Amino acid sequence: MTPIRKKRLYLIGMMVVGVVVATTLALNAFDENLMFFFSPSEVAAGEAPTGHPFRIGGLVEPGSVQRQSDGLTVAFSLTDNAQRVTVEYTGILPDLFREGQGIVAMGSLGNDGIFVASEVLAKHDENYMPPEVASSLKTAHEDGVNQLIKGSVQ
Amino acid sequence: MIVRFFHRMASPMHFYRIAGLFVPWLGVLSAALLLAGLYGGLVLAPTDYQQGESYRIIFIHVPAAWMSLFIYVVMAAGGLISLVWRIKLAEVIAISSAPIGASFTFLALVTGSLWGKPMWGTWWVWDARLTSELILLFLYLGVIALYGAIEDKRVAARAVAILALVGVVNIPIIHYSVEWWNTLHQPATITKFDKPSIHLSMLVPLLLMALAFKLYYATVVLMRARCEVLERERNSRWVQSLVEPAAR
Repeated sequence: MTPIRKKRLYLIGMMVVGVVVATTLALNAFDENLMFFFSPSEVAAGEAPTGHPFRIGGLVEPGSVQRQSDGLTVAFSLTDNAQRVTVEYTGILPDLFREGQGIVAMGSLGNDGIFVASEVLAKHDENYMPPEVASSLKTAHEDGVNQLIKGSVQ
Repeated sequence: MIVRFFHRMASPMHFYRIAGLFVPWLGVLSAALLLAGLYGGLVLAPTDYQQGESYRIIFIHVPAAWMSLFIYVVMAAGGLISLVWRIKLAEVIAISSAPIGASFTFLALVTGSLWGKPMWGTWWVWDARLTSELILLFLYLGVIALYGAIEDKRVAARAVAILALVGVVNIPIIHYSVEWWNTLHQPATITKFDKPSIHLSMLVPLLLMALAFKLYYATVVLMRARCEVLERERNSRWVQSLVEPAAR
């Protein structure tokens, strides 16, 4: 490579490295604000903002969904398998909302520890499969669990 | 020997001729794969266990999003080569890629939005993945606008190359945004060092579509580059003789 080309390559390399460093620093500084949602553990640790609305994300705990008599208000607990937060929401839930599903709720935390949501979004996972496969996976999992339980009883 | 081959290929005249030979074949192959992929994805592939039929938008959305990143990398590499080695053809390829990349980015954003409404419950959220992809669209539009704004095309190509290289920092951000931050967008299904979390019956048409999109890009970028070469070399003798063979 001729010296002039080497110099150009070097200059461009320096430029790209500079931009990468600047971006990394900026993103690190913004870190908190780039989080789209907080997890129940973070909320329990008091990391979530108290004054203004924020988003909370986690799994809908199976068996915790309760519909109130007006038919529109639901309460459920949101968990990240470590902590849980009770969420209350009035409105229409997205198609993918179900027990065990990951969701993101926008709202604010009341003094009673109940998170009052104004918007609930379903978070989809990265798995795609036909229904038959999903159900056979589920039965296989249940069989495995049953065997484990049987084993521990015997 | 290899160096000589590249030098020959990089001469606009040879490129124009050889690219012209490739274009129809690539086009036909791309169309065939596209038909096969669409048939496999929209008709043969089973419905998803959770999303039902709506998931089928991934057969457009995912390849388009991959292409939006891929084309940007090609464009930036072309920019690097044109800045360091001053090869005109690299400039031509880089600038011809920009509108195609912008289209794929737009397609990825629109299809994602259409899917987001029924699945997530919203058309748009400002999470890291969606926002960084939107910035990618603006980078492409910036490249196109900058190139159009400068009269001298060689100067324009240099300015565009620098912009494209600066923007490269956005590419890993888009890819890893779903891991670095909590986002509403789900993590990667296929582009990870792990078994793809998609059933084979859905994966095959998806990869067919991805290949079809790649070949479509190859076809269109060669067509655009040929056009650009003609325009830049319009005063040279080989173009003149191409237009008016009799005047030779």
